[in-house]
Amino acid sequence: MDRNLIRKALGAKVQFIQGDEACAYGALLAGCTFFGGYPITPATEVAEVMARLLPKIGGCYIQMEDEIASIAAIIGASWTGAKTMTSTSGPGFSLMQENLGYGIMTETPCVIINVQRSGPSTGQPTLGAYGDMMQARWGTHGDHEIIMLCPANVQESLDLTITAFNFAERYRTPVLVFIDGELGHMRERVIIPEDDEIAIVNRTISNVSPDEYVPFGVNGDLVPAFAPFGAGYHTYVTGLTHNEQGLPRASSAEVHNRLVRRLADKILNNTDDIVLYEELETDDCEILLVSYGITAGVCRDVVATARQRGVKVGMLRLITIWPFAEEAVARLAQQVRMMIVSEMNMGQIIHPIREAVAGRCDVRLISKIGGALHMPAEIMEAVEQWR
Amino acid sequence: MAMKQAEDLREKYLRQSMFPTIFCDGCGIGNVLNYTLWAIDEIELDIDRTVFVSGIGCSSRLTGYVNADGLHTTHGRALAFATGVKVANPDLTVIVFTGDGDGSGIGGNHLLHTIRRNIDMTVILVNNYTYGMTGGQVAPTTPMGSITTTTPYGNSEWPLDVCEVARALGAPYVARWPVTFPYQPIKSIEQGIRKRGFALIEMLAPCPTAYGRRNNLRALDQSWKWYKDHSLLVEEYERIERFGTDAERATLQGKIKVGVFQDSERECFSDQWRAVVERVKLKA
Repeated sequence: MDRNLIRKALGAKVQFIQGDEACAYGALLAGCTFFGGYPITPATEVAEVMARLLPKIGGCYIQMEDEIASIAAIIGASWTGAKTMTSTSGPGFSLMQENLGYGIMTETPCVIINVQRSGPSTGQPTLGAYGDMMQARWGTHGDHEIIMLCPANVQESLDLTITAFNFAERYRTPVLVFIDGELGHMRERVIIPEDDEIAIVNRTISNVSPDEYVPFGVNGDLVPAFAPFGAGYHTYVTGLTHNEQGLPRASSAEVHNRLVRRLADKILNNTDDIVLYEELETDDCEILLVSYGITAGVCRDVVATARQRGVKVGMLRLITIWPFAEEAVARLAQQVRMMIVSEMNMGQIIHPIREAVAGRCDVRLISKIGGALHMPAEIMEAVEQWR
Repeated sequence: MAMKQAEDLREKYLRQSMFPTIFCDGCGIGNVLNYTLWAIDEIELDIDRTVFVSGIGCSSRLTGYVNADGLHTTHGRALAFATGVKVANPDLTVIVFTGDGDGSGIGGNHLLHTIRRNIDMTVILVNNYTYGMTGGQVAPTTPMGSITTTTPYGNSEWPLDVCEVARALGAPYVARWPVTFPYQPIKSIEQGIRKRGFALIEMLAPCPTAYGRRNNLRALDQSWKWYKDHSLLVEEYERIERFGTDAERATLQGKIKVGVFQDSERECFSDQWRAVVERVKLKA
């Protein structure tokens, strides 16, 4: 793909755009050439930008008949060697669960943007929420690991979509980028990074002959080399439990164990690379605000206010949600008196936090649902009250 | 030229390590594979540039036996995955194996839209009137009155005619043959692969184990005779339907239309999309 063409399609280096648009920009910068999608509020703008820009760079946009077909199409397209993406919101993400598992089981790189809205069911289509955090982790059936990133602002929606593609390619697995309706529709100043400011990772392509190729055989890093369809490698891809040759061995406990544990380990053995987070004023903090997504901006404000008032407050901002930053949380749990978790749901990420804290400090939730963001004042009030 | 033998095709195109197959005695799915291999050999299809896609079910297992790139996907979704493959790389030939439950039940919506878009692929839909892999439950294609494990007192739903649906949607190539016709399916699969656009070949195949034994079609000679007795070429069927006497029309009761339902031309998605790209692609 011609990098100049991508930059020409994106336009000016500094733009005032929405979170949804930023995700699409990030995808194009990462090298995405195929998008399969289905309209859904508040994620539709991601698809609209891809529909407008992909043909300009010679890529392909196809609007599928539903979200099940969208994720199916991007997985199929990925097997031709393309970098592929879809976007959706809660109801669509629910429909994608089965094929998300298929993508994990078949080690297919692809990226899924979820611009979250309130549920259950149709809920509040136009308003933001973070109600799908646990569905992302456990929504598809069976034992598995998942990689999920949570940008906090529009610039990061662009930057982390690039990171998501890199993780997808590096670890050969679907990667989720979760924002929300508020961030998806919020406009901010965005700087499109230069090529020398971003790393672009491409999946490792097999360099052995088809006769020697073992499609799901691995070396040290547990990620098999990829052979695109049409290259003469005759790869059989199945969601059934399969051996290293890719052939079904659905009744073998041994093959299943080896496969499913490797799929988990290729992610869990690389948490140093995958688990991203930001610490703010944590050196001496006694109260830690734990946040992610759009709420992080609110918590950043609270940290500044608290410090002005002489209260030792810090923030841990989770950027990678899954795999979970348990080491960082456990380390800070030994230092702080209390963690305050602000979530735009009824308390989801508080559960792995409590598990990592393991009783070493107090953990409290400020839950907010219904579409409104947390106000800095209400978190500050809680800090004052609970300190 | 020496006569082609099934053994030669098996040696040339199949993964030897996958044998024996999962198919029951008397199952017609093996015949479908045989006809498909025969067809791709006849037209000298480049197997390295061909992707076989399938969903879930007995017939969807066929992709595993072919020594080529294969995508054995989730239940009902073969056409959506296949769309991704074909659209992302239009130079590849895409052949889909699916069943009646997979392709017209759970996957019915994808069938409609893949035909509507006219994605250039060949879909070989094996119709055995039942969900065979799960032991013989009622399917969208099960004839009215048939006994299945979930219609123990007889099926009370009308069956879906997949070919009529495809024809109504304007699929450029639509054909239906029972496996008891050995030559016509080979020709249709050849024509389907050569067709630039969506091709559907519905293959009627006996399932003695899960369907036949509950419906007096357990024995192989019995079921093959049944398909022969009940098949009527589409041209003849429709002639009688339109112009036949009442007595002639009465003979159509219980008959199955077989043959080539449609053979037409329609610009496929990839050609349309290429035109869009040519129009709007930026110059470097």
